[in-house]
Amino acid sequence: MDLKKVDSILEKHGYRHSEVIGIMQDLQEIENYLPQEMLRYVSGKLELNLTRIFDIATFYKCFSLVPRGRHIIRVCCGTACHLGGAARNLEQVKRLLNVEEGETTEDLTFSLETVNCLGACALAPVTVVGKDYYDAVHPGKIEKILSKYYPESKRLPDAQD
Amino acid sequence: MHRIRTISDLEELRQSILAKRDPEKVVIGVCCTTGCQARRSGKVIDAFENEIREKGLQDKVEIKKTGCHGFCEMGPIVVVEPTNSFYCRVGTKDVTDIVSETALKDKVIDRLLWKHPATKEAVVSQNDIPFYKKQKKVVSHNSGRIDPTNIEDYIAVGGYSALAKGLTAMTPAGVVETVVASGIRGRGGGGFPTGIKWRICSSAPGDTKYIIANGDEGDPGAYMDRSLMEGDPHSIIEGMIIGGFAIGAREGIIYVRDEYPIAIQHLSMAIKQAEEYGLLGHDILGTGFDFTIRISRGGGAFVCGEETALIISIEGKSGTPRARPPYPAIEGLWGNPTVLNNVETFANIPKIVLNGAPWYSDMGTAGSKGTKIFSLVGKAKNTGLVEVKMGTTLREIIFDIGGGIRKSKRFKAVQTGGPSGGCIPISKIDMPVDYDSLRDAGAIMGSGGMIVMDETSCMVDVARYFIHFLMFESCGKCVPCREGLKQMHEILKNICEGRGQRGDIELLSDLAGVMTTASLCALGGTAPNPVLSTIRYFRDEYEAHIFEKRCPAGVCKNLFEYVINQERCNGCTLCRLRCPQEAIFGEKKKPHVIDPQRCIKCGICYSICKREAIRVK
Ligand SMILES: Cc1cc2nc3c(=O)[nH]c(=O)nc-3n(C[C@H](O)[C@H](O)[C@H](O)COP(=O)(O)O)c2cc1C
Repeated sequence: MDLKKVDSILEKHGYRHSEVIGIMQDLQEIENYLPQEMLRYVSGKLELNLTRIFDIATFYKCFSLVPRGRHIIRVCCGTACHLGGAARNLEQVKRLLNVEEGETTEDLTFSLETVNCLGACALAPVTVVGKDYYDAVHPGKIEKILSKYYPESKRLPDAQD
Repeated sequence: MHRIRTISDLEELRQSILAKRDPEKVVIGVCCTTGCQARRSGKVIDAFENEIREKGLQDKVEIKKTGCHGFCEMGPIVVVEPTNSFYCRVGTKDVTDIVSETALKDKVIDRLLWKHPATKEAVVSQNDIPFYKKQKKVVSHNSGRIDPTNIEDYIAVGGYSALAKGLTAMTPAGVVETVVASGIRGRGGGGFPTGIKWRICSSAPGDTKYIIANGDEGDPGAYMDRSLMEGDPHSIIEGMIIGGFAIGAREGIIYVRDEYPIAIQHLSMAIKQAEEYGLLGHDILGTGFDFTIRISRGGGAFVCGEETALIISIEGKSGTPRARPPYPAIEGLWGNPTVLNNVETFANIPKIVLNGAPWYSDMGTAGSKGTKIFSLVGKAKNTGLVEVKMGTTLREIIFDIGGGIRKSKRFKAVQTGGPSGGCIPISKIDMPVDYDSLRDAGAIMGSGGMIVMDETSCMVDVARYFIHFLMFESCGKCVPCREGLKQMHEILKNICEGRGQRGDIELLSDLAGVMTTASLCALGGTAPNPVLSTIRYFRDEYEAHIFEKRCPAGVCKNLFEYVINQERCNGCTLCRLRCPQEAIFGEKKKPHVIDPQRCIKCGICYSICKREAIRVK
């Protein structure tokens, strides 16, 4: 755990209890999840009950208490995406990677998540990998999309950009 | 940088910004908000900047990052002035042509223009495209025209004049009464009259009051708030400062959905610039009025869009709603009187203050004034954000603006209001859209999602989808919502998977009654709407699922099969090679068949077939 970074985040928010959600969002950016020992440390520093911190960490969907993969796949399941077949896309990702929602592949390459809506509804169905958006996704496209994120040797020949 | 201390400073600055502009200079506007960025508009901007640098055209051509034009489906969108050419689906390969032809020679490039699907006629300017013709852009007027990351662009088009007018030529009570007289109702869902809310809050006892803008936009399928926050953030900020002045608040908070990184970025930049220019902070425009704004990021919980939960979330706790009254206008953030409005509501305020209440209330219907942005998505041909006067009919929105249904399929229903809303059938297509008509039809205005469905959309599945969504988003505090949603979901899931029973429809209606009456907040209280409205208008689909074990739309996996149309299939083998189950058989150049025993209905063959030979049965 990088204590310096943690302390500077607490500093930035002035150790204010009202900003604990923002603090935790910033903390999560360090390692892509919230390690337990980090939360314990923060609880001590803020003099804020650990129960309250875990309450927040488990209530809000943006927090993860387990390590996540290098690339987070977010399949948008908003209404427009759902009508466009988001469920079929989600199933295809699960089949290909052999993970369920909220899980991470063994090689830590991908974590699979769903999201309620990304606000890109005119491009439905949308799937995001890391910061890359893919629009009009259908099950036949998924293997190619994912293959882009493997080292070159493992990529499909015509992985799309 | 100019610190603005008085009204005349503001006017001087505006004049000097306009004077600095070179009328000879060509402006190439590239949309840089989420929709177009998803289609790599960032790379298009880089390519333009390179091209300009390489050709040494810095004095002749300006690249401007703009907000959303609304026609997101056609993105990345590029508009070149002065020819006003509206280019669709622009890629990096088009950049050289746009610069050499349109920017330098005023020649319009035909291949990049929008084409009428029937006549194939190319249309040059945005205003001549049918998608825009019936729109009335008031709130979204600036978006797509100005650079949202540059306050001077906003000031140049008259930004912050309403603030100047409000702070110097009006009293706080005068502002409140103007908003009351305009008749504007909240754009976030409930449709409560905004002026009345402000009046209640301004007369509530207490020295400390707050303004909160709700940018949580939880309704899946709606994204007008994102577009405003990204494309015209200053209009929201200006509305909030005016609100603060009107009710006597000195602090404002914008609560933004965590899934919207660009909105957070643009709002942060806008706040910082407004502070630097003296439009936020101490002694605004020399009037002695102080006001600050900060951003609070959401955590990805739908229920936190509800006002009491949102306030608790800002206080740094897990956001679960509490019973009302007391309403936030009396007892809000930290127990103080708080005006909480949707971001689109705030973006309307500067227009109302500047143009006056009568101008505003002239638009719309008896009970709903002004304009509303809808996110027209789903199976319509033209999808994107559309702003229309209240009272425009569904037919005008879906068929004239939206261009009708894709792939010549038949219109089945339009879903409005998100998870609290309902599905409206074809029989109501000529209904003028406003708060009251939508409620009478069993739906609600909500935040303005409008999801068009065709014959391939299963209405039972849509109901199940929303209940599933809400079941996960229910905070669990009250029993009717927590348990009611779980039971409803169980019943709907059974129906969709072929285990529906006689009596299920009645049971759903009973549960709905309890949830509507007894839930703590509107999440549970309105949750039955998607179920009730689909039962009301599409009972036959429920019955087909329950009694015939058949999904007419071909969505519910257990209730249909994929088959290959033997006449259409030309034996290209694409599907056979891609099928993960090896469930497709056939010789090259001869029609193929699917083995239903092996098929897992992954949908790959269906989505990749170039001849649309795969059908659902
Ligand atoms: C479950 C639930 C979710 C809500 N989500 C939002 C939202 O995302 N954005 C919003 O502006 N209002 C939302 N609302 C409505 C707010 O409670 C509130 O009425 C509104 O923000 C007030 O602003 P307005 O009067 O300008 O509409 C939601 C309400 C409920 C019950």
